[in-house]
Amino acid sequence: MADTGYLSGVHADLSLTVDGRRHELTVDTRTTVLDALREHLDITSAKKGCDHGQCGACTVLLDGRRTLSCLSLAVAHDGSEVTTADGLGADGALHPLQEAFLAHDAYQCGYCTPGQICSAVGMLEEAAAGHPSVVTSDLGADLTAGVDLDRTEIAERMSGNLCRCGAYAHIVDAVDEVAHREVAR
Amino acid sequence: MKPFAYERPDDAQGAVATVSADPDAAFLAGGTNLVDHLRLGLATPSTLVDVTGLTSTEITDAPDGGLSIGAGVRNADLAADERVRARYPVLAQAMLAGASGQLRNMATTGGNLLQRTRCAYFQDLTTPCNKRQPGSGCSALEGWARHHAVLGATHEPADVACVATHPSDMAVALAVLDAQVRVLGAEGERSIPLSTLHRLPGGEPSRDTVLAHGELVTAVDLPPSPIAARSTYYKVRDRASFAFALVSVAAAIEVVGDTITDARLALGGVAHKPWRATAAEEALVGAPPTDDTFRAAARAELVDARPVESPRGGTAFKLPLVTAAVTAALRGLAGGEEHA
Repeated sequence: MADTGYLSGVHADLSLTVDGRRHELTVDTRTTVLDALREHLDITSAKKGCDHGQCGACTVLLDGRRTLSCLSLAVAHDGSEVTTADGLGADGALHPLQEAFLAHDAYQCGYCTPGQICSAVGMLEEAAAGHPSVVTSDLGADLTAGVDLDRTEIAERMSGNLCRCGAYAHIVDAVDEVAHREVAR
Repeated sequence: MKPFAYERPDDAQGAVATVSADPDAAFLAGGTNLVDHLRLGLATPSTLVDVTGLTSTEITDAPDGGLSIGAGVRNADLAADERVRARYPVLAQAMLAGASGQLRNMATTGGNLLQRTRCAYFQDLTTPCNKRQPGSGCSALEGWARHHAVLGATHEPADVACVATHPSDMAVALAVLDAQVRVLGAEGERSIPLSTLHRLPGGEPSRDTVLAHGELVTAVDLPPSPIAARSTYYKVRDRASFAFALVSVAAAIEVVGDTITDARLALGGVAHKPWRATAAEEALVGAPPTDDTFRAAARAELVDARPVESPRGGTAFKLPLVTAAVTAALRGLAGGEEHA
């Protein structure tokens, strides 16, 4: 590749299905999924916090799994399905976790909230699929029926999402309510 | 960020051929470390060769009774595998003690091994660092040294000094399990012991591993290990979750009657590589499983330790921390109570 300077990069065509809608776009190979969403598609529910994978504000579900969109290159995820917090529910038909965050006042400024909610959605699916955490009491146990989540489990599994306002106690309350509602269902 | 071309070859051989032929090309897997390095300006490849899907994403039973882990297996899936949890609990625990749920969904087995130090000066392009810029000096020696080494580091001469530590939890567990790493190069495949994959800084701190440019990790093989059924990972960090180890201990022990008959021990957060604690292992075998034995074993490993003594905080605190962590880990495995 000729040295053309940092401003003129290499471009690639790709498609992303975001919250159920398919988009075709052309991006510089340096573009992350987060920047593709925010800067190319005007989908701003995934937030840019640290842009280094340390805060979790950019969490989306990428092909169903919770992922840091700031560390994912868009060009490497051509054809992927992205779900942001915006796509989890609709006006008047919120996702149970969105309702629980409202009911439990699980935020102050709200900046980390879309990432927290996407992370919680992915986390509950991981637990239901039998993924352990480091605080799961018996790692050798048969977990095929899922892992029951107490508050310690929820806090550990949500540790990739920072909240600078410190709303953690209410976030755990909100996730706890939905976790046990889903288990009972 | 410097512009780069992006390629996804049809197979692993093609990826190896592409990177081997271009000194400025780099492999991309989960991207959790590399994408950050691109953004920091620490990695400036001209071409990224995406190996996602080119190495195995399966964990398979090996004919010898062990397990073979594809390099593309995500950290979360490795930790959740019921064979890993039952037969190699130290590995499952180490995986789960590392990073966050999101990162474990992204990061791969191969990438985890080849992640680079989180030394703040290595990641800060404005400061001298012999690992990043050979010959420029080591800022940690006089700077903020907390996650730095106490064993096997190079303190002098100044132009090669490096006190960085390897950040992986997984690799510490693999060291204690005598894992083998399968690597594909332009000349074919080879298998090397995990304990020799990473190197000490010596006089060439820019090199983390013994791999040649263009060599690709394709799998990690775990030999059958009855002792591993009784194994554990004990990690000490600055916060309860989502933090790198200050000190970690991977341990497996076999006790018959009142005697330790076999022991495996490795330390994390203390050296440029996962540190297999052979001196401690020798001190343990044949001794009774008491706290006195565990402490003596840890001290035997630390005989040649040399902490960083920086005016802005050093790593001397890790010496008693290693002793306490080794004692706690082994006490838990031996099923004993605390003895003063």
